[in-house]
Amino acid sequence: MSMDVSAIFQIAGIGIIVAMIHTVLKQMGKEDMAHWVTLIGFVVVLFMVIRMLNELFQEIKTIFLFQ
Amino acid sequence: MEIVQIVGFGLIAAVLILVVKEQKPLYAFGIAAFAGISLFLLVIGKIDAVIAVLENLSERAGVPSIYMATILKIIGIAYIAEFGAQIVRDTGQESIAVKIEFAGKVLILVMAVPIISVIVDAVMNLLPTGG
Repeated sequence: MSMDVSAIFQIAGIGIIVAMIHTVLKQMGKEDMAHWVTLIGFVVVLFMVIRMLNELFQEIKTIFLFQ
Repeated sequence: MEIVQIVGFGLIAAVLILVVKEQKPLYAFGIAAFAGISLFLLVIGKIDAVIAVLENLSERAGVPSIYMATILKIIGIAYIAEFGAQIVRDTGQESIAVKIEFAGKVLILVMAVPIISVIVDAVMNLLPTGG
C-alpha cells in the first residue's frame, strides 16, 4: 500500500516551477540557461520515476519470476 | 474501499497532467509514468496473495512445479511488456511500443517451447505404434 500522492504533486510542482524559471530566463534573454534549467529539472523527475520503476520491477520479479 | 482511492489518485494525476502539459509536456510524461507505476505497484501486492493460493492448489494437484513456474514467468513477462509498451505509447512512439510488445511475445513463445514439446511427447505416446 504505497499510495504516495505527494510524489505526484512534487513532480507537478517541479514542472510548474521550472516552466516559470524558463519564462523568466527567456525574458532576460538567457535562452541557453533556460534550456539547461529545463533539462536538469527533467533529469530530477526522471530520477524519481526510475527509482520507482526499479521498485516495481523488483516486486514483479519476486512475485512472478521466483528470484 | 480501495477503488475510491485508486480512482481519486488517477483523477488527481490526470488533472495535474492537464495543468503541466501546456507549459512543459516533458513533465506531463513524468507524472503519467509515475502514476502508472504507483497504481501498478498497488495492484501487484494483491496479485501476490492470489498466486500463493494458485501455487498451493497446483502443489496439491500434483502438477510439476516447472509448469507453474513457467506460467508465472509468462504472466510476469506479459505484465512488464504491456506496461513498458503503454508508457512508450504515451510518449507518442507507437513504433517502439509495437516492437516492445513483439519482443514480449517472442520471449513468451521461447518460454512456452518446453511445454509444447511435452505436449507433443504425450500425444505421441497416445498414438498406437506401427498403425
